[in-house]
Amino acid sequence: MDKESVKLFEITTEKLSVDEVVGRLADPASGAVIAFVGVVRGNTDGREVRYLEYEAYPEMAEEVLQQIGDEIQARWKTIQKISIVHRMGRLQIGEVSVVIALSAGHRQQVFDAVHYAIDRLKQIVPIWKKEVWTDGAEWRSDA
Amino acid sequence: MKVRVRFFGAPREGLGRREIEQELPPGSTVRELMNLLTEEHPVLLSYSRLINIAVNRKYAALETELHEGDEVACLPPVGGG
Repeated sequence: MDKESVKLFEITTEKLSVDEVVGRLADPASGAVIAFVGVVRGNTDGREVRYLEYEAYPEMAEEVLQQIGDEIQARWKTIQKISIVHRMGRLQIGEVSVVIALSAGHRQQVFDAVHYAIDRLKQIVPIWKKEVWTDGAEWRSDA
Repeated sequence: MKVRVRFFGAPREGLGRREIEQELPPGSTVRELMNLLTEEHPVLLSYSRLINIAVNRKYAALETELHEGDEVACLPPVGGG
């Protein structure tokens, strides 16, 4: 793929592949890549979840994901590249909802940076999730 | 002037609409828009305390002045991840 056309911050309805997102960081200068993979859990507070319905304000969400990338690179100078891809629509238990991948020359700092990325995503990115149980549904927020 | 207002998540469901075109006096602020919207659509009152506002894709304060063609979004507490 042409380097210019790689989209690093994306809201998509397509199924996510961790390998594909990690591939977006490809760079011979990288010595370490870390990937956080968010997966749909089958229960919350003891209730059985049937599926999740994700919704976004996609144009703004992609800009805020880019902002989180900028914050990380300002804070951890050794981070080379960042890609965050979040899936929308109906997701079944066990499906991947989000992939956050970061690369660096060496392994130091990638752990802190990925932790920051997922916390920030949950705080400020305009994405919503509706949990649908066997006996009801609710919009959930961890922010 | 006219602004476009977009809704997401719980308030979108409660309102039953994804967007509204709202006519406003020139120089209106986000606060004035929200007051007008909750007056015309009282169902929004149950969400308004928790809603954050974005104007043209940036988080914005209630005092922000609106302009013709602005895109305002009503954002309930987010839940990505």
